[in-house]
Order: sequence, then structure tokens, then C-alpha cells
Amino acid sequence: MSIKGKAYLAGIYEHPTRHAPDKSTAQLHAEVAKGALEDAGLTKADIDGYFCAGDAPGGVMAMADYLGLKVRHFDSTDTGGCSYLVHLGHAAEAIAAGKCSIALITLAGKPRTGAMPPRATGAEVDFEAAYSATTHNIYGMCAMRHMHEFGTTSEQLAWIKVAASHHAQYNEHAMLREVVTVEDVLNSPMISDPLHRMDCCVVTDGGGALIVTTEEIARSLKKPLVRMIGHGEALKGPRGGKDLNLTYSAGVWSGPRAFEEAGVTPKDIKYASIYDSFTITVLMQLEDLGFCKKGEGGKFVADGNLISGVGKLPFNTDGGGLCSNHPVNRGGMTKIIEAVRQLRGQAHPKVQVPNCDLALAHGTGGLLGVRHAASTCILERV
Amino acid sequence: MADKPKYPTPQGNPETKPFWDAAAQGKFLIKRCTACGEPHYFPRTLCPFCFSDKTVWEESSGEAEIYTFSRMRKSATGPYAIGYVTLKEGPSLLTNFVDCDMDSLKIGQKVKVVFKPTDGAPLPFFTPV
Repeated sequence: MSIKGKAYLAGIYEHPTRHAPDKSTAQLHAEVAKGALEDAGLTKADIDGYFCAGDAPGGVMAMADYLGLKVRHFDSTDTGGCSYLVHLGHAAEAIAAGKCSIALITLAGKPRTGAMPPRATGAEVDFEAAYSATTHNIYGMCAMRHMHEFGTTSEQLAWIKVAASHHAQYNEHAMLREVVTVEDVLNSPMISDPLHRMDCCVVTDGGGALIVTTEEIARSLKKPLVRMIGHGEALKGPRGGKDLNLTYSAGVWSGPRAFEEAGVTPKDIKYASIYDSFTITVLMQLEDLGFCKKGEGGKFVADGNLISGVGKLPFNTDGGGLCSNHPVNRGGMTKIIEAVRQLRGQAHPKVQVPNCDLALAHGTGGLLGVRHAASTCILERV
Repeated sequence: MADKPKYPTPQGNPETKPFWDAAAQGKFLIKRCTACGEPHYFPRTLCPFCFSDKTVWEESSGEAEIYTFSRMRKSATGPYAIGYVTLKEGPSLLTNFVDCDMDSLKIGQKVKVVFKPTDGAPLPFFTPV
């Protein structure tokens, strides 16, 4: 059984806030759920499936109770920032299997103005916690090794931020709207080498939500039809320390699974939402998904190749996590939302990809250089 | 030299107790599977490769080389160097580089294990040879 063409994205909503000192996290979840329902033209009583991750206060039981949901299917898989890309795949499976017909997926939180839930630890804790691994230095280690093996440069990484900033200038809600240059990135303070401050994503309060449904229900609504045609997910970790390789991610497995199910190739993709916690995250994912060969990501992203209307692969046209929004340090939700906007033809006119009928949304979650997940979703306009 | 960093005390558990007991004696242990022959780190009872329970403790030479590293500049407790090292016996592991000039670290550099005290068992770190 395949999920190809079985699930439709009927509602999307990205909270406009990037700073929410006057709201609670649960409230933000409710606000994005309401936004996605209104976008779809549905009501809360229609929801019979609910998906949320570690950012939902108290987990799926507490969150469903707070929202007043009565569902027959739920999933609280937590794989960090890509949880929502995993949820979208799992929602499609549930819809294909008849376990639910209208699924809600929410993400929200307040890393700027509230406490972040602690990162879960596993059996490795005694053997790793003392070394103060953070997202910055773990991704820094990936970039350092990539540069060592393939000659990737800081200038090439900077082009990824430059492209994101070109898109963010048109997004009225983006946290950083100023267009930056390669030199600006290289001159920004070193955080954890070789990553500069401008190689890092923003930290924002906010959230987003999706409504996923059946073809029949989607056709009864008034939105342009966007459906899932392929999904893949995968996990990667040091696995006992054998053959450690920080230059690729679990995307090398999630990507091909998604492309195979969809029956398309990277060359067919008109728009790509690529997780951008750091510039190196994007570069590695582009290679892992097959948009270019391993080691050639630096050349691929240079000279504006990711800028809509300029390069061959328009990416993150909302400004992405690097410039617009990275709610709760989890960027998977906004990746899906911008891909749907592109497929609906509702992206900002300055960044809308002409005749965008096939898009990819992909993300990793956890820590790329340690234990992480990857999820790839391929979406098409019907 | 700044104040000695305060490291978290390993909590240990029945599966890893021999590792921490050996660390207290200055020995750095890895595990090896006698069924498939593969060494691994951190230690498991069942081999993460072939899932055999025929795993045994083995003292590592503590000799390794740097696979990758990053110097963390943005830290409330001061800069530090984190990295992965690959042991002579094979497994790679996460660590910090201590007792060294951070700016001279290089991929491929030879390093060796050195233990640092905590309120319980000491923790392994690595330092350039």
C-alpha cells in the first residue's frame, strides 16, 4: 500500500507572531489550529485525528483536552524539528488506512519569552552530556568535516543565507528582512567554527498548523488541491561509533524512499523547502536528496542558485528559518506551509515560482552530527 | 588557567558500572563482541551490530585521532573545543579537547585519553599527544 495521492493538504496556517510575551504556549497551539481550520473552511468538530510533538504542553493527551478535541487517531512522534514532516507522512498513512479523515497537526512555542522543554536524553547521557554539545557546535563539526573532505568554503555556505535573505525581504512577518551579502555573513561573529552568526537560524516564538484530509473532503472545500505523493523517513546515529561519517544525514534514506513512492526525481522538483537550522544543514540535505552529488553542494548553492527567479532551485521562499521564522527551534512545520503556498500559487509574487506543480519539503530533527531523524515529503498540485 | 571546570557526575547503571569502576582505576574500556569481532562505544550488553550477548570489556589504548571538531565561542563558561575522535581500536566517540591550545587543533591530529575528576567516577577527555 502506498500513500501516493491519498492525503490532501486542505488547511495551512503560520502564526504571524515572532515574539509572544503575552500568550501561553497552549494558546498558540489553539490559535494556529483555528487558523488552519479557517483556511480549510472546516470546524473543530470535524477533526478526528490529531498530531503533535514535544512542544505541545503535556503531550497529546493534555493538548487534545485543552483544545477540546475528540479524535479517533493520534500520534505524538517527536523527532525534533522534523516531527511535523513525519506527522504529515503518518497522517497520510492514517487517512489512506481509514483511521481518520480530517487530521490536525500543530506546532507552537515560546523560546524567546518562555522556557524550552529540556532535550530528552538516552542511554548515551553519561558518555556525552559532559561535553556540552549544542546545536551550534554539533553542526559546526559537520561543517568542519565537510570542508575537510570536499573543500567546501565559508563563502559557499554564506550563499545559502544570502538566498534566504533575498526571499525574506518580501515577507512582512519575517524576523530579518534585510538583504545580506556573502561578506556580511563572513564578517558576522564566529559562533562555533566554521559557523558564523549569520550561518545560524533565528530564534522565534510562534507556530503553525496543518489540516490533512481525504480527496473527497478536499474536493468539497474551496482551496486549490494539494496532495501528498511521496514520503520517506529515516533515523541515523553514531551506532556504536563504527564508520562515523558526519558528511551525510538520514536524508540519504528518507529522500530516495519519497522520490520512489512519488515516481519523480530531484530534477522534476520546481520548489524545495529545505530545513535550514544552519547553512550547513541545507547544503548537506541538497546533496543527500540528490539535487547534486555528495561534496558538490558548495558549488551548487553558490552564485544565487537557490534564489527564486535567479537560480535553478528556488528554496525557502518565505525566508526560511535563517531569516523568517523557526518557531520553538523546530522548522519542519514552516517548510510544509511555504511548499503549499507555492503549490497554491499563494507565495509572495516576487518569489512565486511560475507554474509550481511539484514541490518538496524536507527536514532533519535532533542533532545532525549525533542522533537525528529525517523526513521528506513530496507534494503536488492537482 | 581558569578555574577547573565542574563536570557532571556520571550516574551509572548496572549495564555500565564496570566502565566507571575501571575509569576510577584510570582505565578506559570499550566493548568488543566475540561473536562478530566488532568493538563499540559507548558500551552495550548486546552488540549493536549483530545483537549477540557475547560482548566483553576490553581496555582501549586510549590512542585516537581527531575526526572533526569545533571551537564553541558562545558559551557562558568560556570557549571550549568539542569533537569526535576515532580510537586506534576503531570506534569513534564524542569528547572535548582539554589541556591544549584550542587554536592549534587539526583534523587527523593524534590525541590520547585523559581522565578528569567529578564528584563520582572520573570522565574521559582527550588531549593532543
